[in-house]
Amino acid sequence: MSQHERTVDNGVNVGALLDARDALTEMPEAAQFKWRATSEWRNGTHSRHTVSKFFGLGEEQSHVQEFSFDTDHPEVFASEDNGATPVEVVLVGLAGCLSAGIATVAQNRDIQLNSVKATLEAPMDLAGILGIDSDVRNGFDGITVRYEIDADASEDDIAAIVAQSQKRSAVFDIIANPTNISVDVKKA
Amino acid sequence: MPPNPAQPIDCIVIGAGHAGLAVSACLSEKSIEHVLLERGEVGNSWRNERWDSLTLLTPNWQSRLPGYAYEGDDPDGFMDMPSLIGFIDRYAREIGAPVRTQTTVQSVTVHDGGYRIETDREAWHARTVVIASGACNLPEVPRVTAELPEDIFQLTARDYRNTDQLPPGGVLIVGASASGLQLAEEIRASGRDVCIAVGEHVRLPRRYRGRDIQWWMHHSGLLDEGIDVVDDLRRVRQLPSPQLTGDHQHQIFDLNHMSGQGIRLFGRLMGVRDSTALFSGSLKNVCALADLKMKRLLNQLDDWAEETPGAGPFEPVERFPDTRVDEAPTLSLDLANTGIETVLWATGFRPDYSWLDVPVMDRWGLLKHDCGVVESPGMYLVGMPFMRLRKSSFIHGAEDDARHVTDHLAGYLNH
Repeated sequence: MSQHERTVDNGVNVGALLDARDALTEMPEAAQFKWRATSEWRNGTHSRHTVSKFFGLGEEQSHVQEFSFDTDHPEVFASEDNGATPVEVVLVGLAGCLSAGIATVAQNRDIQLNSVKATLEAPMDLAGILGIDSDVRNGFDGITVRYEIDADASEDDIAAIVAQSQKRSAVFDIIANPTNISVDVKKA
Repeated sequence: MPPNPAQPIDCIVIGAGHAGLAVSACLSEKSIEHVLLERGEVGNSWRNERWDSLTLLTPNWQSRLPGYAYEGDDPDGFMDMPSLIGFIDRYAREIGAPVRTQTTVQSVTVHDGGYRIETDREAWHARTVVIASGACNLPEVPRVTAELPEDIFQLTARDYRNTDQLPPGGVLIVGASASGLQLAEEIRASGRDVCIAVGEHVRLPRRYRGRDIQWWMHHSGLLDEGIDVVDDLRRVRQLPSPQLTGDHQHQIFDLNHMSGQGIRLFGRLMGVRDSTALFSGSLKNVCALADLKMKRLLNQLDDWAEETPGAGPFEPVERFPDTRVDEAPTLSLDLANTGIETVLWATGFRPDYSWLDVPVMDRWGLLKHDCGVVESPGMYLVGMPFMRLRKSSFIHGAEDDARHVTDHLAGYLNH
């Protein structure tokens, strides 16, 4: 009984999200967002990337501060290891997206989360990127995500939250489904 | 005197399927003069736009219309299309429905405090219009249709009749609703290689604890639930039909049953590169979602059974194995190399309102209405999935909705 009396608070403002959903249903053009990143090569396999501005709700928007990220390759690739590898950043993006979804769906279903931990693993055969075997793809062979969740809910209800989060996840969709990529270049 | 187009009339009903006829019966009860305009024959879609082996997914005891019910000796059976057409035909005669057959509506416009209905035969003026033209007029086919190689034979569930239509090679069925699975089984039985591209779907057993699932849905009151119980009405109205078949051969007609027939499961079809179909990596999750939702429904039914004295007796609580999915489902299929010659779209339908020149459409091309009362005064809608109640999409759901909209319509005419 005490569980039901406790106010569920996962720190997600579901009311605001539901209001936004209603508003964007009425104004589809405001729902058109553009996400951006800039990137500059440093040295070797090391680059630094920044994220600060995006477009949405009909105008330019800014994060509260500029975020920067380094990517590099590890020492076993004879690199300096100044940051995570780009493929690890992909895993981080997936986990970030799914966990945000889990917190939101749980809040919406009145389920208190006590802890949410994920471990991700993605096997890759380097014969692809090294050009050893043209039948091997460059990317992951697959991704496994293992969640360990402590929440005031049954196992099925927790599984349903995780399933719903995948269904609504942008990064899950980006990885699971084909996306056109166009890369232009001009001489600086 | 039969109504005559030269005179303004109280009501025009567009479509003489089960929903339009239910409305006609209610209008006649209220002595409201009306005419039903029907592009073909009574029950036209059931007659001409369904495959040969199709049966209703609801048992005969559930086939009811206002003042009319199934009276045969097989209440637990399922009507095939000829039986259903006979059932609807007899009803039209019994209620003396004023149907103008072979009359296609070409436009409906606002006119002089009512509506002008232009047909290929004559024009009518009516104070009110009831749209009963159906939810499944046009097949909904995803854009990827245009990317398929030209030598692939494509057809939709609306145009499929039987396996004689198909080239001898393999078939990729897109969609895992009742239609997709029924067609998959039939085509597989013809000896063809069959693959199904599986997106979101609804899994449901035909029989549960010794009773038909429709018995449970009906008696537990789930079918009488109104739109106020759902938080995302648009989503619920677009849900694919549950994976059922109109017979008692299999307790559960699901993706595991498909796998058992040697039918291969892929993720949702996302694109085509040259002759290779590309599938989503989400198969595991869409199956998990369907498994969890079915379990939630069965829990709900068990709770109802427990709380309701005299509802039973029932056989013991049962649970079904989770959907079997390969650890790493194949993400692409080279149609040319694997002998796939046909792509069959079982991806749903949408209504056709191309003839409706009244601004009542939302941006998805659906009518703006409140429980069948359309935004334009004197205009009504029936026969749409979950229009007012969960049973709105069923034949027996037509009565409740027809009463609701004709009550409103009568009030509108009187004021």
